[in-house]
Amino acid sequence: MRPPRVLRRIPRNQLALAAGLVMAAAVLAALLAPYLPLLDPDAVDTPNRLRPPGSPGHLLGTDEFGRDMLARLVWGGRISLLAGFATASVSMLVGGLLGVHAGYWGGRVDTVVMRLTDILMAFPYILLAIAIVAGLGPGLANAMVAIAIVGFPLYTRLARGLVLSLREREFVEAARALGSSDRSILRRHLLPHLLAPVVVAWSLDVGAKILATAGLSFLGLGTQPPTADWGSMLATARTFVILRPHVALLPGLAIFVVVLSLNILGDALQDFLDPRLRHG
Amino acid sequence: MGRYLLRRLLLLVPVLLGVSVVVFLVLHLSPGDPAEIMLGSQASQADVARLRADLGLDEPLPLQYARWMAHVLQGDLGRSIRMRQPVLGEVLIRFRATLILTTTALFLSTVCGIALGVLSAARPRSLVDRLSTLGSIFGASMPSFWLGLVLMVCFSLWLGWLPASGMYGAHGTGGLADLLSHLALPAVTLAAASTTIIARLTRSTMLDILRQDFVRTARAKGLVERGVVLRHALRNALIPTVTVVGVQAGYLLGGAILTETVFAWPGVGTLMIQGILARDFPLVQGCVLVIALGFVLFNLAVDLLYAFLDPRIRYE
Repeated sequence: MRPPRVLRRIPRNQLALAAGLVMAAAVLAALLAPYLPLLDPDAVDTPNRLRPPGSPGHLLGTDEFGRDMLARLVWGGRISLLAGFATASVSMLVGGLLGVHAGYWGGRVDTVVMRLTDILMAFPYILLAIAIVAGLGPGLANAMVAIAIVGFPLYTRLARGLVLSLREREFVEAARALGSSDRSILRRHLLPHLLAPVVVAWSLDVGAKILATAGLSFLGLGTQPPTADWGSMLATARTFVILRPHVALLPGLAIFVVVLSLNILGDALQDFLDPRLRHG
Repeated sequence: MGRYLLRRLLLLVPVLLGVSVVVFLVLHLSPGDPAEIMLGSQASQADVARLRADLGLDEPLPLQYARWMAHVLQGDLGRSIRMRQPVLGEVLIRFRATLILTTTALFLSTVCGIALGVLSAARPRSLVDRLSTLGSIFGASMPSFWLGLVLMVCFSLWLGWLPASGMYGAHGTGGLADLLSHLALPAVTLAAASTTIIARLTRSTMLDILRQDFVRTARAKGLVERGVVLRHALRNALIPTVTVVGVQAGYLLGGAILTETVFAWPGVGTLMIQGILARDFPLVQGCVLVIALGFVLFNLAVDLLYAFLDPRIRYE
């Protein structure tokens, strides 16, 4: 039996394959963290503080409280990955639905939705997220809410633009002439066309959301101590970077490798789903 | 051009109103009583009541907004609870430092981005082109605050070439050389991501233009390749580049918040974070408003520059 088309294409793009393996490893480590033979990520061991990588019992060394860096990276990865995937998904759902409604029905709904996105886009992305967290109060949940809010206009604009062009096409006219309801046209005829570009945007957005969450945690507005995520690990490590650079370099490297892998996978997905790029 | 400018200024009004509503709501998003949150759980009821009265929190929300806007339009952004000083003065002092950082980063990213883009397009698949492509992939994935720490470790800790933090040295001269040495690392950190974006856009625009007939004609006339690339192709490639440079200018203002925190740069970003952690809402509102205004005005300046460079836009 021949493998599916997606799998047959993978060997051609070895970079995407490597990125996929990195992401699979990161997601598996995050999911299986409670079952992995790791030390307690929050266990303080001050006599062993700031041990370098390769120290006995601490493969990646320890942080300023003697906590195991490997355990904190894996457990921190759970939060960073969850925050990235969850915020990008919520932004996609809310933004996509608003965009579809605005594009399909137009009129007042369109005006209100588009002015709202205009206002939200009149702020630098991170500034608005910070402003929302300032109001809601620092914390991971509030940081995720803020990032999901500032992220939805991207999907609203994308979905609206696509629906505006699709709703005038012949196949939609034909469905309408045959008596299909608006709901049926949206579900059966428009949504399948929206899926590919929106999924590509989402796949590229997950990395951006991981960066944004890490940024807020780095500023002390996201995850609060002693819970670790990669951004908050970097924030606390900043003070000790001169003494022991590894405490800052490792969490940053984790963010960089995961976001790089997601961006490479997103690009590969875009190439795969866009026939013009595939054969170009 | 005058009519275009007027139209753009009129379009700015609803955006600024929207921005002001969002900034105002920052204070009122809090699930609890803002006065209690600002003063903390130890505050007496009398203090809370006094602050509520000072901030006008007893009044209906639209009235509070109108009162706040009236003050803002007169240049009164309120008093900082933490510093017990007018917010505007402190924010403007700090905004100067942010502008120095942002404009330096913008200058660096524009010059380096265009140079890299032109070199890549002039010799596709060359070493420069491959390195530039690799840089753009890395640039989009690297957290700026981490890059800042890496640069700090390399250039301040290991090599000892540049200072690690602040705007002037404690024992420095306070002159331009002192400022530039402190500015180098934060500016490079902030400029890195924008450089890759500008380089990528310049490269793709240049590649398109280098295939066009007028370039072929210029080559057929016997012009040297350097003249064709710089005088004919680059001038046409600059219009879309200006747009992306403008967009980046705005985003650099936002990105500066993280860079300032890494390098303890005394800008409006660090002031805002201090305000948030101290629950000093008037200060936070002032900082957000000033940065957002800067962002909107940057975008306006780019639109005007774009219209100046490309007359078709003025007559649309």
